[in-house]
Amino acid sequence: MKAFASAFAFAATRLFQALLVMVAILVIAFAVRASLGDPLREIMGQSVPEEERAELRHELGLDAPWPVQLARYLGDAATGDLGTSIIYKRPTVQVVLAKFPASFELVLGASLIVLLLSVPGGVYCAVRPNSLGAKLILGVSVLGISVPVFLTGIFLITVFSVWLGWLPAFGRGETIDLGPWPTGLFALDGLKHLLLPAITLSSIMLPLFIRLVRGAMLDELAHDYVRTARAKGVRPLRVWLVHALRNALLPLVAVGGLQIGTLIAYTLLTETVFQWPGMGFLFLEAVTRSDIPLITTYLVLVGLFFVITNTIVDLVSLALDPRVSLEGAR
Amino acid sequence: MSASTSHMGPRVLAGFAAERPGAAFTALLLGIVGLASLFAPLIAPQDPFDLASFDLLDAELPPIWQQGSDARFLLGTDAQGRDLFSAILYGTRISLFVGILAVVIQAAIGVPLGLLAGFFGGKVDALVTRAADIQLSLSTLMMAIIVMALFRAGLGGQALSQFAVPLLVLVIGLAEWPVFARTTRAATLVEAAKDYVRAARSVGSSDRAIVQRHILPNILSPLVIIATTQVAGAIMAEAALSFLGLGMPVTKPSLGTLIRSGYDLMFAGAWWVTVLPGLVLIGVLISVNVLGDALRDALDPRRRAS
Repeated sequence: MKAFASAFAFAATRLFQALLVMVAILVIAFAVRASLGDPLREIMGQSVPEEERAELRHELGLDAPWPVQLARYLGDAATGDLGTSIIYKRPTVQVVLAKFPASFELVLGASLIVLLLSVPGGVYCAVRPNSLGAKLILGVSVLGISVPVFLTGIFLITVFSVWLGWLPAFGRGETIDLGPWPTGLFALDGLKHLLLPAITLSSIMLPLFIRLVRGAMLDELAHDYVRTARAKGVRPLRVWLVHALRNALLPLVAVGGLQIGTLIAYTLLTETVFQWPGMGFLFLEAVTRSDIPLITTYLVLVGLFFVITNTIVDLVSLALDPRVSLEGAR
Repeated sequence: MSASTSHMGPRVLAGFAAERPGAAFTALLLGIVGLASLFAPLIAPQDPFDLASFDLLDAELPPIWQQGSDARFLLGTDAQGRDLFSAILYGTRISLFVGILAVVIQAAIGVPLGLLAGFFGGKVDALVTRAADIQLSLSTLMMAIIVMALFRAGLGGQALSQFAVPLLVLVIGLAEWPVFARTTRAATLVEAAKDYVRAARSVGSSDRAIVQRHILPNILSPLVIIATTQVAGAIMAEAALSFLGLGMPVTKPSLGTLIRSGYDLMFAGAWWVTVLPGLVLIGVLISVNVLGDALRDALDPRRRAS
């Protein structure tokens, strides 16, 4: 009962912290908008007489002191309104979220590849550290870390699109609408378009996760319970997969959760190489065309995603292993 | 005790090379690339930053081993008629310069903070560790992309290209100081508990003298190791930013910029503008990483034992 109460307190603290971080991100976004963007230009263009500008400025409340404007911005943000895009003339939240399915499916595809390859690869490297296969896997992963993600993408396009002509080089291909969510996962053409970008994105995360799994497994295999299990005659495969791997996954969730920011950055690079119509691609378009409201909205939404996933990772670690996290809560 | 390992005389280097031919080879490769880019103004047949010195009529010529090439251009030309060999030499120079200087900044911030945290402990330690944790959770590359994007959106592409080098150095340098701080802190904690530090204190050495004269020289090995891998990371970050159009401008291309500018031409058949700088970049990164691994094996006594 006491443990439950302290777990609840931890979850509550964690959620409150997440809320604070979100407010901080919104304040930064507000500061960026206030110092870089001119909302009047967004609305009326540049060739409007000064009196009209002053009038509109007053009407929009832009001549109010900045704390008032900040309060208004935060209030609007709470209702999901972060401004209007200069390029698209639509609410920025709508514009950015419309690109979310594309980015999500790319990350999903890459994560599946990483998960399916890194766990067996990492376990193998840990249980057979001196085998040729393990050395090969680790050698290739040094290579994978050394090759920038955009060059991997360019290399794959050269081989599979330009030379062999097997797979399309850019875009998302055919999509099917599932309500508001256009998906490329249920059309052959969409899947073909997804394959190269997903492999590219996974190529940079894979070496990292193989090393993580291997390191965590090596730590677990050194524990006494592994020896005990072996001594009482449990088959090695069962010891590795059922006993050690289960415990090795604990630190993996926590450390893997820290990689989300990096994942977003690499997604941005991958989307640029493959002209994948996702959020990162949109962000760079907004940057080249100085669409400040769109830029800040992207940052706020990515920040939100970052905070949500980090909170979930923390809560999952709590659920998996209350001992570690509760120490931090005190 | 550490006097024997800190002397890197010629004999030690020769032994190192004999033990690890792969690492010696990459070190040699890096040396050649480094010297070539250092003396780029003397080697390069053309100044790739001087727009007036190239001719649009020479645009997109292939390397000399391909048909339709021009003997003046060893590795062909890009879309503006720029000699690719010269551009790669100068581009490597920028990439290495930004990468190394960024790591110098990382170390300049991280090492003193790590020494303070490890030596004094307590509140200083808690503060530094917490700040490092927060900074690391934000992902370097993402922070660098955001900061450069805001500069670009705020100042415009023109102004950004003027300040690209100092901005890149600062952004990449500031983002990764925690790596140095953590390593320094951990190593300092180990050293500060040793007898020679207590001995120094008992003869009346000041804290400052103990840290500077005794602890710092003894924690140099781990710092050298991470500095190597950090340089690879910084070079890669610079290339990624330039590839996104948030780094070096087309008028002063780094390797990343060259790869980006050639990417548009690739489908038209002019593969060399992307592939050749890409190969140089990969070569440099792999060499630095292999060298870092070898240094780790050579300098870390725990690994050497196994």
